[in-house]
Amino acid sequence: MEQILANGIYLGAQYAMIALGLTLIFALMNVLNFAHGQMYVLGGFVTYTFYGQLGWPFVLALLASCLTLAVLGALIERFLFAPVIRRSSREESTMLLAAGLAFFFDAVILLVFGEKQRGVPKIVDGVFNWDFRLIMPYDRILICVLAILSIVSFILFMQYSKTGRALRALAQDRTAAQLMGVNVAQYSMIGFALGAMLAGLVGGLLVTITGVNLGMGGPTSIKAFMMVMIGGAGVISGAIAGGIILGFLEAIGLAVLSQYGDITYLLIFVSLMIFLAIRPQGLMGKPWG
Amino acid sequence: MIQWTGLAVFLMAIFIAVPSFIAAAGRSDLYYTLTAVALLSIASAGVWLTFYIGRINIGQGAFALIGAYVSAILVTKAGMSFWLSLPLAGLFAAGVAVVIGVPILRLRGVYFAMISLVLTQVVTLTALALPVTNGAKGITSIPLPGGVSILGLTLVPDFATLENPRLAFYYAACVLMVLTFGAMYRLVNSRLGHLCRSMQQNEELASSIGVNISYIRVIVFAISSFLGGIGGAMFGSIAQSVYPSSFQVADSVNFMLNCFLGGLGYVFGPMLGTLVLYFGWDLLFELGRFQLLAYSSLLIILMLFLPNGLLSMRLPGKKGTDK
Repeated sequence: MEQILANGIYLGAQYAMIALGLTLIFALMNVLNFAHGQMYVLGGFVTYTFYGQLGWPFVLALLASCLTLAVLGALIERFLFAPVIRRSSREESTMLLAAGLAFFFDAVILLVFGEKQRGVPKIVDGVFNWDFRLIMPYDRILICVLAILSIVSFILFMQYSKTGRALRALAQDRTAAQLMGVNVAQYSMIGFALGAMLAGLVGGLLVTITGVNLGMGGPTSIKAFMMVMIGGAGVISGAIAGGIILGFLEAIGLAVLSQYGDITYLLIFVSLMIFLAIRPQGLMGKPWG
Repeated sequence: MIQWTGLAVFLMAIFIAVPSFIAAAGRSDLYYTLTAVALLSIASAGVWLTFYIGRINIGQGAFALIGAYVSAILVTKAGMSFWLSLPLAGLFAAGVAVVIGVPILRLRGVYFAMISLVLTQVVTLTALALPVTNGAKGITSIPLPGGVSILGLTLVPDFATLENPRLAFYYAACVLMVLTFGAMYRLVNSRLGHLCRSMQQNEELASSIGVNISYIRVIVFAISSFLGGIGGAMFGSIAQSVYPSSFQVADSVNFMLNCFLGGLGYVFGPMLGTLVLYFGWDLLFELGRFQLLAYSSLLIILMLFLPNGLLSMRLPGKKGTDK
C-alpha cells in the first residue's frame, strides 16, 4: 500500500510537469501542441549529451536542456505558429503545423541521436528501504522532489511575477489583455518558450531514471492530453490535478491488475470517456474551453 | 457544364488513363499505392464531414479498425461473402459511432479532439483484449473477395481467380471512392449540408432557430464512421490480415492531416490531401534516412504558405467555387 502511494506520487509529479507545459501553451494560444512529447524527448537527449557524454555536472546539463528548449520554443512561436495563426481562416489549422513539427523533431532526433535507447549514469546511488514495505531508489526520490520544487516555483512565478501576471491575463482574455497594455506578441512567445522549457526540464530529469529513446514522444503526448482533459484544458491547477490523478490511477492499476496485461490502460481510457461524458470540461476547466 | 466535363475527365483519368499508363510503364506496384490512396481518402472524407460540423475528429482510425475486424470476422468465421460484409462493417461502425457519439458529441473543440484520439487507443486495446479478435496475433489469411452474380450474370468476378487481383482491387477502390465523394458532394449541397454549415458557425444560434443539433451531429458522426468502417474493411481485405496495430493513433492523425492539407472548405480536399501526403511520402523514399526530415519540412512549409489547404490556391482569373 505504501509502495503504491509512493509510486503514485512519483509518477504524478512528473506527469503533472509534462501536463503543465502543454496546458500553458494551450491556454495562451489555443494550440494543441502535438509536438510536446517530442520536445520532452529532445530535452532528455540534450541532458544525455551534456551529462552522459561530455561529463558536465547534472545541474548544468539540466539548465542546458531548459535553455535549448526555451530558445527552440520561442523561435517556433515567432516564425511558425504566429504567422500561421494570423493567416489561417480556421484556428484548427495549427494542429497540422504541430503534427508536422512532431514529425520534424522525430526526424531530427533520429538523425542526430539515432534510434537506440540511451541512458546516463545514476546521479545518486543507493536504495531507500523501509522494512521492505516501501522500496525506492534515492535517485527517484531526488527527481520526485526536484519535480515538486519546479512545480511550486512555476506556480509562484505565475502568481507573483509581472510576466506571470501578464501570461495569466493573456490566457483569460486576449483582447482585454491587449487593451490593458500587455504586449501580446511578446508574451505569447515567452509563454510558448516557458511551456517548451518545462517539457525539456522533465525530459532532462527523467533521463536519469528511465533513459530516453526516440519512440517515447508520441505516447507521452497522448498521456499529456489525457491529463489535461482530466483537469480541464488551459487551467494550471487542473493540469497538476490531472497529472497526479493519472499517476495514481496508473500506479494502482499496475499493482492490482498487473496479471491482466494492458487492461489498466483500457480501463483508464474508458473511465476517462465516461467521466468526460458527464463533465465535459474536466475537473476545473471552463465550459467549451 | 464545366463541372460535368471535370467529372468526365476525372473518371477517364482514374479508370482508363492511370491503368494504361501503369501497364505501359510496367509499374504494377503503383496499383497498391493508388488503391491505398483511394481507400484512405474514403476514410478521410468521413473525417472531413465531422470537421464540417465543427468537430476535430482524430478517431477515424478506431472506426477503420472496427470495420476491418467486423469484415474479417464475418468472412473468416461466418463464411460470409466479402461484398456483403463490407456494408455490414460500415453499418456496425456507424452503430458504434451512434452509441459513443451521443455522449461525446456534446464535447467541443480540443475536448472532442482529445477524446476521439483516446478512442483510437481504446479500440486498439479492446482488440488486444477480446478473444474474438485473436489478440496481438490478429486475423490472418483472410480469403480474397469472392464473385457476385445475379441470374447467371457475373457482376463482380472472383478475385482469387483473376490473374491480376491488384487491378481488380484498384477498380473496386476507385468505384467506392467515386461513390463516396459523389455522395459527399450531394450531401454538402443538400438541406443537411446547409444545416451542418450553420452548426459549424454557431451551434447555439443554429439550435435557437430550430435546428435539431444533437440529432444532426450524431447522424453526421455515424456517416463519417460508416465511411471509416468501409475504408478499413476494404483495407483489411487487400492486406488479407488485420492486427490491432493496423490502424493506430498515427493513422487517425494522418486522416485528419489529409483533410487539413486538402483544405477544410472543399469537398474534394480530403482526396487531394491523401494523394499528396501518401504519394509524397512514397516519392521521398529515395532520400533514405532523410525521408522523414524532408516530409515534415514540406508539411511545415506548406502550412506556412497555404494555411487554408492546397485547394485554397486560386488560379488567377478563375472565380472561386466555395463548397
